[in-house]
Amino acid sequence: MTAFIIRRFLGMIAVLFAVSILVFLIFIIVPGGDPASRIAGKHPTPQNVVNIKKKWGFDKPFYVQYYEMMRKVGTGLLPGNHSQYDVLRSFDDQTNVVHEIKKGMPATFSLTIGAGLIWLFWGVMVGVLSAITAGRWADRMITTVALVGISMPVFWLGIITRYFLAEKPSHPWFPDGGYVPLTASPWEWYKHLILPWFVLAVLFIGFYGRVLRSNILDTINEDYVRTARAKGLTPRRVLAKHVLRNSLIPVVTLFGLDFAAVLGGGAILTETVFELHGVGFYAAERVGALDLPPIMGVTLYGAFFIVLFSAIIDVLYAFLDPRIRPA
Amino acid sequence: MGERLLEVKDLKVGFTTEDGIVRAVDGVEFELDRGQVLGIVGESGSGKSVTAMTMLGLTRAHNTSFEGQVVYKGQDLLAMPERRLRDVRGNEIAMIFQDPMTSLNPVYRVGDQIVEAILTHEDVGKRTARQRTVELLRRVGIPNPSQRVDDYPHQFSGGMRQRAMIAMALSCNPDILIADEPTTALDVTIQAQIIELIDQLKDDFNSAVILITHDLGVVADVANEILVMYAGRVVERGPKRSIFYDPQHPYTWGLLGSIPRLDRPKGGRLASIRGMPPSLINLPHGCKFRPRCPHAFDRCIEEPDLRNRVEERRHLDRCWLSVDEKRDLREATIKGEEAAA
Repeated sequence: MTAFIIRRFLGMIAVLFAVSILVFLIFIIVPGGDPASRIAGKHPTPQNVVNIKKKWGFDKPFYVQYYEMMRKVGTGLLPGNHSQYDVLRSFDDQTNVVHEIKKGMPATFSLTIGAGLIWLFWGVMVGVLSAITAGRWADRMITTVALVGISMPVFWLGIITRYFLAEKPSHPWFPDGGYVPLTASPWEWYKHLILPWFVLAVLFIGFYGRVLRSNILDTINEDYVRTARAKGLTPRRVLAKHVLRNSLIPVVTLFGLDFAAVLGGGAILTETVFELHGVGFYAAERVGALDLPPIMGVTLYGAFFIVLFSAIIDVLYAFLDPRIRPA
Repeated sequence: MGERLLEVKDLKVGFTTEDGIVRAVDGVEFELDRGQVLGIVGESGSGKSVTAMTMLGLTRAHNTSFEGQVVYKGQDLLAMPERRLRDVRGNEIAMIFQDPMTSLNPVYRVGDQIVEAILTHEDVGKRTARQRTVELLRRVGIPNPSQRVDDYPHQFSGGMRQRAMIAMALSCNPDILIADEPTTALDVTIQAQIIELIDQLKDDFNSAVILITHDLGVVADVANEILVMYAGRVVERGPKRSIFYDPQHPYTWGLLGSIPRLDRPKGGRLASIRGMPPSLINLPHGCKFRPRCPHAFDRCIEEPDLRNRVEERRHLDRCWLSVDEKRDLREATIKGEEAAA
């Protein structure tokens, strides 16, 4: 088991390396991406561009540039003050990329953890309820609601909820966007997040509910469920112990990857609609400016969580399903 | 024979589907006494498993309809509310299933699944239940049971899993053990062991056994009485020896003819019953076996009743042929000449 975990985490590092190379190469190939002429402004003199190239190291071979960028990401993660040669700067506004990402993390983490708990809980509820009432009116109703939930785009739902629940002067039940740190005021933090949590969770709830429903209906026909019923177990126990345990295993994978994606800055729409200045918001802004270092930073940051969580899922899987436990 | 445990009276089970009502079981009757082994034999879809599952209420669903009675110790199980029936399930009537590879839950330890059965019906501590589980595993012939009790099903071989299923079924000392094709998914070498084990444990636990199979060879050793089912009906019923040595129904002849035997001349083809079992939604008129029967004649357009036609002993069948005609015809059928023709 330990060897399995170690192997899994070494694989993680390899994947991160590959991701960083790919992002870097894509940027070099992208047309109009020459950072020197962008930094130099609208009407630069050729000399100006050459100077900027020299100053930023764009005249060096790309592998040196790559190495430098990675080195700066690495030192940026270390605590303490760094000299200006060790700081990964935005080409656009020259801010410290690692700092900016760190600044966005509390909002992104708050959004993800809250929404994740909501969508996991309600996704399981929806799945179980529609599975045990399968084919009856309750199931049809839940299914319809779930499909509506899946079909509502986040930017639309976000704006609608903001408009009706936060902006209307007659009932401003919720704050109108923005983020308040938990440490500043837990109540305000909660009030600011509750709309984004639900808006982000709605899609996942519908989706998880559908997946779990069909998993449960598959599992219910398994022979071991018949065995459990033939033992004389109550329907509740058959469902909770023999059906759910087996049908939740695939949901664990889904949850791990979705959670990691949102944690890694994937909730760009939600963060933007609700003006939560998280990592996703930062990424969206920098992508618009074709600003390589932040894109690189956010991509690595996001990839880190995806890879980390898929490793965690693999390990968790082995605990949940003894059949795939390495001997 | 011991006390009467079970009496199934005119049992009918129908499933309502989009295509019509599937009459899976249609008028099945039998009795079971303590210490007895009843073999129920028939092809897939003949209603054997549905009969067994219905006794435990496992076929109850909104699209299922029942008629008749399943009387267990004076109580009708068909009319019994689900809550009370759960106390019977696994406790007084236990069941083991066809495929041991899939009948145990893969994510729980084998021992825990047996402990669960004990704790469901008996007011004992976990530790006692576990000790009993180890003892049960030992009795069904699992080597090193105190360690294997903590194994997961995938660490057991097919034969061992079926032994574990038997241990689970016997864990609450049931009056009746229903074994639904317990050997079908197992190696031939293991089959005999499992059947022998069931037979032996039946005596140890003082139970009765209903052994469901499509293979007459499986019940040949252990059954006292045999019920041959076809299209949801009993077509022949009698003591084992009588069924094997004086079979009355052409369907039984077909089943007997399809068993490979060492005492037949070499080189002959193994006989098979031509055609397919009928659709249970759209059954043929008259005798249900008529379309496949090599000896059908005009009278078969009328359905024969299940009646004692042999004079010497109690042996029921559903066939219009006279006993003498049957005795002449069947040798040919069993030897496969009809099938080859």
